[in-house]
Amino acid sequence: MRVPADWYLILALILFVLGGTGLLVRRNVLVMFMCVELMLNAVDLTFVTFARTLNDLGGQAAVFFVLVVAAAEVVVGLGIIVAIFRRRADATADDVHILKG
Amino acid sequence: MNAAYVILAAPALGALILLAGHRRLLEPVAGWVVVVLGFVSFGASLWLWVTLLGRPAGDRVARLAIFSWVPVDRLQVGFGLQVDPLSVFFCLFVTGVSSLIFLYSIGYMHRDPSFARFFFYLSTFLFSMLVLVLADNFLFTFLGWEGVGYCSYGLVGFWFDRDRAAVAAKKAFVTNRVGDFGFMIALFLMYEHFGSFDFSRVLAPLAHGATLPTAFATGLGLMLLLGACGKSAQFPLYMWLPDAMEGPTPISALIHAATMVTAGVYLLARSAPILHFSPVTMWLVACIGITTAFVASTIACVETDIKRILAYSTLAEIGFMFLAEGSGDFSSALFLTVTHAFFKALLFLSAGAVIHALADEQDIWRMGGLRKYLPITFGAFFVGYLALSAIPPFAGWWAHEAVLEAAYHKDVWLWVTGVVVDGLTAYYMSREVMLVFFGRSRWKEQRPEPAGAGGGGHGGSHADGHDGEPHDSPWTMTVPLVLLAIAAVVGGVIDLPFPGTDFLTRFLAPVFPHTVVPGFSLTTGTRVAIGIAGTAVNFIGLAVGIVVWLPGLARPRLEPGFLRHGWYIDEGVAGAVAGPLAVAADSTAYVIDRRGVDGLVGGIAALTAGAGRQLRRVQTGYVRTYALGIGIGAAAILIYAAARVGG
Repeated sequence: MRVPADWYLILALILFVLGGTGLLVRRNVLVMFMCVELMLNAVDLTFVTFARTLNDLGGQAAVFFVLVVAAAEVVVGLGIIVAIFRRRADATADDVHILKG
Repeated sequence: MNAAYVILAAPALGALILLAGHRRLLEPVAGWVVVVLGFVSFGASLWLWVTLLGRPAGDRVARLAIFSWVPVDRLQVGFGLQVDPLSVFFCLFVTGVSSLIFLYSIGYMHRDPSFARFFFYLSTFLFSMLVLVLADNFLFTFLGWEGVGYCSYGLVGFWFDRDRAAVAAKKAFVTNRVGDFGFMIALFLMYEHFGSFDFSRVLAPLAHGATLPTAFATGLGLMLLLGACGKSAQFPLYMWLPDAMEGPTPISALIHAATMVTAGVYLLARSAPILHFSPVTMWLVACIGITTAFVASTIACVETDIKRILAYSTLAEIGFMFLAEGSGDFSSALFLTVTHAFFKALLFLSAGAVIHALADEQDIWRMGGLRKYLPITFGAFFVGYLALSAIPPFAGWWAHEAVLEAAYHKDVWLWVTGVVVDGLTAYYMSREVMLVFFGRSRWKEQRPEPAGAGGGGHGGSHADGHDGEPHDSPWTMTVPLVLLAIAAVVGGVIDLPFPGTDFLTRFLAPVFPHTVVPGFSLTTGTRVAIGIAGTAVNFIGLAVGIVVWLPGLARPRLEPGFLRHGWYIDEGVAGAVAGPLAVAADSTAYVIDRRGVDGLVGGIAALTAGAGRQLRRVQTGYVRTYALGIGIGAAAILIYAAARVGG
């Protein structure tokens, strides 16, 4: 059975909204980080879906780029999180606001 | 012709040496450097003069381009020198008289802590003046013009720790600026009309047939006249010159005789081809000259400061030069300029010797009987006195008669006033000589006479500063006196009014061709008659002065108050400046500037600061806020893109 493209897109939308909402409402840095990953994967899913629908490999290629960038971003992001953990007991995002104007 | 470079380079080198080594050069050395280089410059001037004489009269103009100064599109101004009879004539007496004054200064400034600074200014002064007269375009002339202005500021205020000297220097500078304003406007007009400042493009065509609209010539001429009035201290911009007496005496001699005040005479003589097209300007030049001469001579009759009397006499003499120029007789004006340089330098330097001998006393009421103590100084001063009073056969007489002939030709009333001024000159100079060198030795008394105290204007107040008898000065001071005295006696021979002996007039003739300076001739009978009449008045003035002032008694009736206040002109100007002008200046400073200009600038700053203060609230420091911002921004872009595509 062939799953319609719309379903994939709806799934991607659900994932994206979940990730976005989590990013905005959660305080734990690690969880926020995972939410960002969720949003990225939602976008990836959209790319793949359109690649198949439109029969265009460009979408698949874009996914690879996103994966590479996401991997790099994970390295940097986790590095920052580790640095924060070293300086303070927990990793609540709102505690880190010394850039307040 | 290359000697012109040496003329300029020598004083420039002197200034540079002193600038570089003023801390290391000991007292006499610094002075000798400048004196020797001054005489080098004089020697080069002589050489240049001989070179010019070796050429035919029609071929005595040479232009030496040094480098291009302002190469801007249509405007090309160069650093260049113009060697012609006029500039060489000025170089000769400027360098000659200046060098003698420099030599004198070595003795006069002995033991002054700023000896080297003084000689630096002297050298720069001479250099600026030479730039002024040697330049081949008006802009370069203006550079020298400003140079002498700056140096006079530095020298009048040389003893700047004295309040009066500092104020006098400022006054000289500000008054000069008024004149400079006129010169600058003249420069702009010149550029507008001729597209050039070069003498060869502005003046030369006018001297050879080109014409100038009368209205334009008048405007340009008046602006040049304003400049000349400022620099040459003519009415109404003359107030700075008497006050400039606060400077050391050699400076007074330098400013009055060789440099500075003759600059205006030079400028008008140089601009003769322009002035020729404006009879109004010529008349105004003559009238300003005679007005200055009259006002200054009357004030000099009551002045009690030995140097200020001479200062007012300089105003009168420069007024005579302007009178001659306005009457269209430029070579007589220059004849008077050079003879005046001799005897005025002589008078100032010997007055300086008197002041020196009496430990800085300048009030003539505290002098008297000095001829026995200062024989050389007395002899020198006496020669200068007779020359300035236009007594035959001294140099001043020949020049004054030449000027008065020109004035007679222009208008008989100019002549009458001129003769009166000459008589007054003889009178007040007699007064000065009688009170300083004859009569009782009032400087020996502890208290000055009460009548003399009212005159005001005395420098130091010390009655017991004399240790021992006053005596003549060292040789560095007396040698220039003797040389200048000789020049003041025989100086008239350079331009005798007999056929074939008018050397100066013929030398200068190529500069003032008949197309622009028509010249005039009076019958021999008229010349003899006005000569005798004028000379008789001089003798009467001399005799009256001697008879009245020889006893050395105070005569308050001969010294009316309005003259002691200088016709209240100085007070009037001060009142005008302090009154409405001060109010205007205050309102500009405290209302327009503070509220308006400052308000605008401050307002922009406050606006920026306020906006920043509000905008900083956006930066909460919470990651989620930024994330929301990014989200909203992305959504906005998407909606916009969708709307574009959809629309």
